[in-house]
Order: sequence, then C-alpha cells, then structure tokens
Amino acid sequence: MKRNKGSALVYIVWGYIIWSLVPVIIAVIYSFNDGRSRTVWQGFSLRWWFTDPYASVFYNPETRNAIINSLILAFVTLLVVTPLGITLAIGSQRIRGRGSNVVQGLTSAPLITPEIVVGAALLITFTRLFTAVPLGFAAQLLGNVTFSLASVVVIVRARLVSIGPSFEEAARDLGATRWQALRFVLLPMLWPSVMASLVVVFATVIDDFVITSFLSSGVNSETVPLRIYSSVKGGATPALNALATLLVLASFTVLIIGLLGLSTWRKRHGEQGGLRAALADVTQIES
Amino acid sequence: MLFAVPFYAVACVAFGTIDPIFRDAVPQWNPFAWDFTQAQQVFTSLATGPLQGVAVRTIIYVVCAMLLCFIIGFPIAYFLVRHAGKRKLLLLVLIIVPFWVNYLMRMLAWVNLLSNDGLFTRFMRIFGINYNWLDGSPITVILGLVYGYIPFLILPLYATLDRLDWRLVDAARDLGANSRQAFRLVTIPMSKAGLVAAGILIALPMFGDYYTNDLLSRSPSTEMIGNQIEFFLNASSQPQTGAVLVIALSIFLLLLMSFYLRSTRQQSRQTAR
Repeated sequence: MKRNKGSALVYIVWGYIIWSLVPVIIAVIYSFNDGRSRTVWQGFSLRWWFTDPYASVFYNPETRNAIINSLILAFVTLLVVTPLGITLAIGSQRIRGRGSNVVQGLTSAPLITPEIVVGAALLITFTRLFTAVPLGFAAQLLGNVTFSLASVVVIVRARLVSIGPSFEEAARDLGATRWQALRFVLLPMLWPSVMASLVVVFATVIDDFVITSFLSSGVNSETVPLRIYSSVKGGATPALNALATLLVLASFTVLIIGLLGLSTWRKRHGEQGGLRAALADVTQIES
Repeated sequence: MLFAVPFYAVACVAFGTIDPIFRDAVPQWNPFAWDFTQAQQVFTSLATGPLQGVAVRTIIYVVCAMLLCFIIGFPIAYFLVRHAGKRKLLLLVLIIVPFWVNYLMRMLAWVNLLSNDGLFTRFMRIFGINYNWLDGSPITVILGLVYGYIPFLILPLYATLDRLDWRLVDAARDLGANSRQAFRLVTIPMSKAGLVAAGILIALPMFGDYYTNDLLSRSPSTEMIGNQIEFFLNASSQPQTGAVLVIALSIFLLLLMSFYLRSTRQQSRQTAR
C-alpha cells in the first residue's frame, strides 16, 4: 500500500525536476547556436562566446562592462558585509533578555521583505534624503550591503548558538583576556559559517536584479542581470543566453568551491557531516 | 538603522506636498506637518478607483500561483521526507539546483521556449494549440510566478515535514485510521503552522514581483502592483504616488509578516513540545 503511493509520487518528483531544469539546459544549449536566433537551432558554434569579434560575450564592450561591474559590486559587498555581519552577530548574541528578541526580529526582517520595497525605499532615500550618495555604484553597494547583511547575521548566529558559550568560558578560565578568547577561540570556530555566508552573499549580489536596478544610474553601473533584463525583449542574439549562462556558472563555481571548502574544513576539524552538513550550511536560511 | 531610515524617507515623500511649478514631490521631513491628501487619493483609487483592477489582479494572481505551488510542491516535499530512501540526497540536490540558477536566467529560458517560433510553442502546435503565450496572457504570468517561486516553497515545506513526529501518524494507522484519515487528521494539523509560514514566505516576494510580469507579458492587462510602483518611481514624474503605493504594499505585507512570525513561533513551540 505504502509502496504504491510512494511510486506514484516518484513521477511527480521527477516530472518537477525535469520541468525545473530542462528549460534552463535548453537555454544554455542555444547559446552555442550558429545562427542569430535564440529559438531555432542552426548548428553548433562558439561565435556568441568567443569567435565573433564584436557580438560575442567576451568581446562586446557592453557585456564586458556589465561583467566587470557585477564582479566589482559582488567583491566589494563581500568585503564590507562579512566583517560587519560577524560583528553584528556576535554583538546581538551578547544581548540578553528582552532586547535580544527585538534585535533578532530586526535583523531577520530584511530576509522576508520583498526586494521591491527595499529597493524603492532606498531609491527615495538616496535621491531625496542622502543626496550625497550618488545613484550608481555607491548606492548599489549600500543597497546590496543592506539587503545581504541579514543573511550573514543569520548564518553566523546559527553557528554561534551551536558552539555555545562553554569554549569561550574555558578560554577565559585558563587566563585568556576577553579579546584573546574572541580572537583565538571563537573566531576560528566561526570559520564554516563565514565561508557559508561568503557563498550566499556572493550569489545573492551577483544575481540581484531589483535593488541593483532601482539604484543604477544607467550604462556605467549596469550589471549582468540588468543587461539581461533589458535585452530579453529586444531581438537579442544567443550571446544573451551565453551571458546568462555565465551568471549561472559564476554562482555554481562559488557554491562548489564553498561546499568543498566546508567539507574539508569539517573533516580536518573532526566535525561530522561531510557534504550533507555543508549543504545545510549554505541553505539554512531557507530551511 | 539601515532599514528604518529609508522607510522614514518613503513616508516623507508619500505624505509630502507637490511642488506647484515643477510638479515634483517635495518631501516633508516634519512628521507633524504630513499631508495625507495625496495618500488618501491613492488609497481610494486602490479601493474603488482606477488602481482597483491592479490590486485585485495582484491578489488573484498570487493566490492562484500559491495554490499551484502547493499542489505541486507538497507531494514533492512529502515524498522526499517519507519515501525517498537512498536517493534522498540526490533528489534534494536536484531540487536545490534551481535555487542557485539566476531568476532572470530561468525566465529567459521560458521567454525563448514560449516565443512565436520557440520550442514549446511549436510543440503545442502539434496538438493544434496555437496560443500567443507572451502577449499579455494571465496564464503565462501565473505559471511564470509558479516556476519562479516554487523552489522557495519546497525547501521550507521539506523542513517542516522533516521535523514532524511521524510516529504519531503510524500510531493513527495502528489505531485504525486509513491512510487518508491519518493524513487529514494527523499530518495536516501537525504541519499546519509550517505550511502557513511557507506559503507566506513565497507570497511576500510574489506580491512585490514586477519583473516576471514584465518579461513574460509586458501588457497593461496583466499588470500587478509591483509594476505600478516601478513605473511611478522610475518612469513617471509622480514619485509621490509610487511612495504611497510602497507604503500601501508594506502595510499589507506587514500583516502577512506578522502572521508568518506567529506561525513560526507556533511551529517552534510545537516541535519543542
């Protein structure tokens, strides 16, 4: 009886997986189309990737510009948001009692606020209130920091909770100062959560469309998602598919590096779990 | 701070006045001098006026998309928890993959398939269905929303069902309930809080969505509230209307969010018990 029901569900599951992945795979395949069409197959070629001196992804000045903008934005956001997030997580962990609930609520609110609300609010802030921040890279950076800070805090705090206070207390009992306990005991133990948040933030920022778009100032702050968005409707060539493929490749590369790093770290430090635990590390905000 | 200040700025623009000469919004920084006439106009327009259609449409689209997400997503999460066996990790990885594929890429994939000479359109023609998918079709927009947001539903559902104490379901079966009764009287009530939370988790971004619509339809006949906000703030000379709409949307979403917080709290209490 039970087996039967399970086997009927199998089809739904595989059907879903096919439905969710095949369109994307087709889009990737069509980036190798020899013709100008994104819908009719005309043979294999690399022209939209490398060979075409003007229209291919790597040579077209506009797409190159967008790729560079995206990478800069992602890396600078990482540089700003990681230390800030760790500090906030440790700080909010120290607040006891009533205040801690408030802080927890406030830091996780951005996680469930729709991006359009954040984007619109920030747009109005930077155009009316803090006019010193010009639209473009500076505003996009601040916007992405605001939006991704919450995920760093949540990930690091989950790790802090699972570590518990005993290691730090032991270090203090053995004569470490508060700072030494933090620096030599707590921070090294936080490493997996830092790695996980690097991966998550990189993927969020590089994929972000709404906030980056609201705060952009035209072509010189155009990122890859913005470029894809603005050219989907026009008669774009398969180079568009290639550009979108690059975006997907970027997040997966970082994800895989992160997962490998996490599982080797765990192995070396005798924590159990392997791939599965590493996967939980990077997806925990969703679960 | 980073979060509170922007909202204050939105309120100041929304409740400010309009410059009579340039027709531009003048923010009113003093909360005691806020002027609510414009806001009132927009709210009336949402309730009974020209924006009513957009508001109603947004709710209908989101509700339809959410129901479809549950119809597809629940069996998947249920299967993963109950019957996946050795394949669990593989299936879980495959289901997480779309999470890491850029949203725009997934929409672009469908724009390609659904365009006039796209693979899917041509495939449907074999069955005699000749439909203009990308020309302001509500079906396309709703299915687009489902396609876009369903991964965000499956994982929380999986987490909820994974935490359930399935011994209770087995106990119900042992005590004579058939599988349907056990499902309806034990599984559903136990996971209700988690289901509500997961539903709200995807409803929130769907209510603020404008790009799905813009990419898959681009027609005024399928516009949602997000499209209006984007239009008023980016493309028109009435940022004030946009600001009021942001506030209206935020109030609405805040209600949903408080529901969400309540059901997650309920859920953690249930699992703690």
